[in-house]
Amino acid sequence: MMGQGPAPFLELQGVTKRFPNGTLALTDISLAVGDGEFLAIVGASGCGKSTILRHVAGLVAPTAGRITWSQPLAAGGVGMVFQEPTLMPWARIRDNVRLPLDLAKVPRAEADARVTALLAQVGLADYAQAYPRELSGGMKMRASIARALVTRPRLLLMDEPFAALDEITRQKLNDDLLALWREQRFTAMFVTHSVYEGVYLANRAIVMAPRPGRIHADIPLDLPYPRDEALRTDARYAAACRTVSLALADAMRGAA
Amino acid sequence: MSALRRLAPVILGMIVLAAWEGLVRLLAVPAFVLPPPSAVVAALLADPNTLGLSLWFTLTVTLQAFALAVTGGVALAILFTRSPLLASALYPYAVILQVTPVMAIAPLLLVWVGYERVDLAQLILAWIVAFFPILGNTTLGLRSADAGLRDLFRLYGASKWQVLWRLELPSALPYLLAGMKISGGLALIGAVVAEFVAGSGTGSGLAWRIVDASNRLNTPRMFAALALLSLLGIAIFALLSLVQRLALRRWHDSEASHP
Repeated sequence: MMGQGPAPFLELQGVTKRFPNGTLALTDISLAVGDGEFLAIVGASGCGKSTILRHVAGLVAPTAGRITWSQPLAAGGVGMVFQEPTLMPWARIRDNVRLPLDLAKVPRAEADARVTALLAQVGLADYAQAYPRELSGGMKMRASIARALVTRPRLLLMDEPFAALDEITRQKLNDDLLALWREQRFTAMFVTHSVYEGVYLANRAIVMAPRPGRIHADIPLDLPYPRDEALRTDARYAAACRTVSLALADAMRGAA
Repeated sequence: MSALRRLAPVILGMIVLAAWEGLVRLLAVPAFVLPPPSAVVAALLADPNTLGLSLWFTLTVTLQAFALAVTGGVALAILFTRSPLLASALYPYAVILQVTPVMAIAPLLLVWVGYERVDLAQLILAWIVAFFPILGNTTLGLRSADAGLRDLFRLYGASKWQVLWRLELPSALPYLLAGMKISGGLALIGAVVAEFVAGSGTGSGLAWRIVDASNRLNTPRMFAALALLSLLGIAIFALLSLVQRLALRRWHDSEASHP
């Protein structure tokens, strides 16, 4: 818990997950996430980062332990961005972004208005009518983020969303994501294997250790917002990256 | 270059027809062995009403069987993917029906429906052979919906109906359309086979015209009916290819990358 931090919004208590094949994916994960926090979950492949997100999203149930919320979430209260854009190839960008509202049977006029506004915000206003295959990887990811935000979620889960993108596109999307977060004040859980990306975005880093997946360190990142390119050459950024990197190296010791 | 490519099959066809005509005349091959193309055209024009009516009849039976195969195949595929138990129970029998040669089923079927109802036997046989590609392809298609999208639908609490309608059926569409292209041709085969096996009776489709002309050793007329059958098969294939292209060209890689 962060001493001066906001009220806990979501709490994982002793969450353990054993898959049917016997693999122990997570063991005794206890984590309190404050309202409006930007949490980076950092770790090597296979340390259960994604599995934590899938538990929070309700896509898998824990073998032991529980997940509690400070207040019940409405439908669409959790948005998720996957590693792949995960767009429906047969649907136009506009229709892809509107999907969560359609599933919740939001009236079309209201839904369309929200989609239009959000597409403009993520810079896809001109591509509303396009099909996913006509877009670049970065643009598809923007559409995926727009879709995750269209329900105005309280919590946004992101599972290495920019891992497949080139460095330039990735940095631009990082900046745009921070702008959206500051504006809409959702809570964010961002899984990444990049220490630099995690530190750039988050105000708290959770470092995971593998086999079985567990929390190795919980590091507050006190760098000020708004953050921009200048931060990348800032000594405090370098120091924070170093702290997280060391924790990560420590977590991996004897594991790899 | 591309114009020449497009025309190449037409030019080749004309060369072959001309050579056929020339050789048959030059070597004085009897018409009952191999009629020249001109005699086939003449046979077609000599009795356009009977052959036209037979064409219409075969077309109707084929399309009816095809429509039933598509609706039945899609419906059963949906049931199969809802209920694994039903799928395990029925699937082996669907396979047995598929792998048993349709020619071998035809005589039995004719006994059951009666030789006075060859059209019904045609419909059933055409349905049997056309049904399986639809069932198999659609089942595969429904199951191939992207796992990430399935998660997304679950995250938003989508109903089973919403998952089927908005995710599984669109995912299955390319598979269904590929299955339809196969089934269209098979339906025609089924419609033809029943008439051949019946050999006589109330058959009135193109296959019966071929059997009838064969009995009379009217080879030009056999060729004329055969040509109409081929044209029908080509038309069905071309139409289904067009449907496939129109349905998929904006989003599916199989069609979208075509020049």
